[in-house]
Amino acid sequence: MKIEVKELSAWYGSHQVLRSVSMGIRENMITAIIGPSGCGKTTLLRCLNRMHELVDGARVEGEVLLDGENIYDPSVDPVEVRRRIGMVFQKPNPFPHMSIFDNVAIGLKLAGVRDKRKLREVVEDCLKKAALWDEVKDKLDQPGGRLSGGQQQRLCIARALATSPEVLLFDEPTSALDPISAMRIENLMLSLKREYTIVIVTHNIQQAARVSDYTAFLYRGVLVEYGETAVMFKTPRHKLTEEYLTGRFG
Amino acid sequence: MRLRKLADRAFTLACFASVLLVLAPLFSIVYTVASRGARALSITFITSLPAPVGEAGGGVANAIQGTVMLTLLSMGITLPIGVASGIYLAEYGRGRLADLVAVARDTLAGTPSIVAGVFSYMLIVSRWGFSALAGAVALSVLVIPVVSKATEEALKMVPREVKEAGLALGLRRWRVVAYILLKEAKAGILAGALLSMARVAGETAPLLFTSFGNQGYAGGFLDPCSALPLVIYVYATSPYEEWHTQAWGAALLLMLAVLSINLAVRRVVRG
Repeated sequence: MKIEVKELSAWYGSHQVLRSVSMGIRENMITAIIGPSGCGKTTLLRCLNRMHELVDGARVEGEVLLDGENIYDPSVDPVEVRRRIGMVFQKPNPFPHMSIFDNVAIGLKLAGVRDKRKLREVVEDCLKKAALWDEVKDKLDQPGGRLSGGQQQRLCIARALATSPEVLLFDEPTSALDPISAMRIENLMLSLKREYTIVIVTHNIQQAARVSDYTAFLYRGVLVEYGETAVMFKTPRHKLTEEYLTGRFG
Repeated sequence: MRLRKLADRAFTLACFASVLLVLAPLFSIVYTVASRGARALSITFITSLPAPVGEAGGGVANAIQGTVMLTLLSMGITLPIGVASGIYLAEYGRGRLADLVAVARDTLAGTPSIVAGVFSYMLIVSRWGFSALAGAVALSVLVIPVVSKATEEALKMVPREVKEAGLALGLRRWRVVAYILLKEAKAGILAGALLSMARVAGETAPLLFTSFGNQGYAGGFLDPCSALPLVIYVYATSPYEEWHTQAWGAALLLMLAVLSINLAVRRVVRG
């Protein structure tokens, strides 16, 4: 297990969003978190890299073990956690006034990497991995905000890759994109899983079926069912899961 | 049907009339200052010191020097404090202290300029005498709230997602603020800074008993210095005809400076 979630509960103020969720996330696999709106899937994802606590009044209980080490241990620096676990957001969010090159390089630059050649190598490598290189290689100095939505999202993926994380979190990465851009992102995730452990939140059941190896179904903050995607989609164990997968609610 | 059209016409006309009403005084001022001031303008006017009373000629070079000095010095004081407090309120300030700072700043923004002069008089002039520094401090008191507010608003305009993107990259919070958010908010902050520069260049009241005025050049920041608005004030209220002309000239110079700063603001804001 790359990540082990142990009895994780989360709150916004007095409102409890996650109720004692426990699950293991396997290395070099894609794990999908699905469930109806407001079920806590994004919160669960944001608990995995300690982004949840950035919201005023947010609170977490329980443990998240990354390679066996609890990331919520008081001795752990959340900044280090976020370096090891990258994140791609629902809405493409490149730094709009920063050049395409700097969008990818900024993480390394601010971490103290000064070597220009090394930076250029990493930027090219990450843009290639994010399947964006051919489209932007001649305009690396243009602002990231000028790219199309789909390109911006791939730029955000390249940016997340640049700090060489071990895990990538995708929070509904295609919901703001057109179908073709969405398909490219899905293919991209499939190629990235060889090197990274991936967790994706999606409200698109077909997407979960297409890309994920494991699926977790969350309902009202409770993990209802978790298992291999192929098995779960064919023979769900819980009635609730079956109803959600067949579109009876959501 | 006809009534609806009529009402529409009447309303459009009323809007147009109000616009004229607002613009008329502006154009009248610009026209008067330009036509009267142009007569005074010459190379000597810009490059030489004032002539003794009764003699023709002379200029306002010392006032130009003073205004440049006061503007630079007050920007040197204002920008660090204004930007830092804006960052604090936008990014770090929570709870009582932040509320207090915000209220204090917004109150300061409404302070009459003469009070800023009194403040600087007590703080600096009463100990070390009249100086450009004392004038700059008074001017800074006036515009620190402007820069602070502009910085805060510009930072708050940066989408939350952009900030989260920085934090999710494993960047420390101060680095996200310093290298990402400030960069995104640059245009807004710069516009605030330029607007306060225009304000500083045109203020008279706080300078009357701080930088005081000077018939010659100021030797340094601790000397009293002249300023264009001071010259206008002194010359315009004098009984001499030549001085009146010179006051118009100084007013024209000042207006051109403020106008060019405002044009710069428009360019900055449009990016």
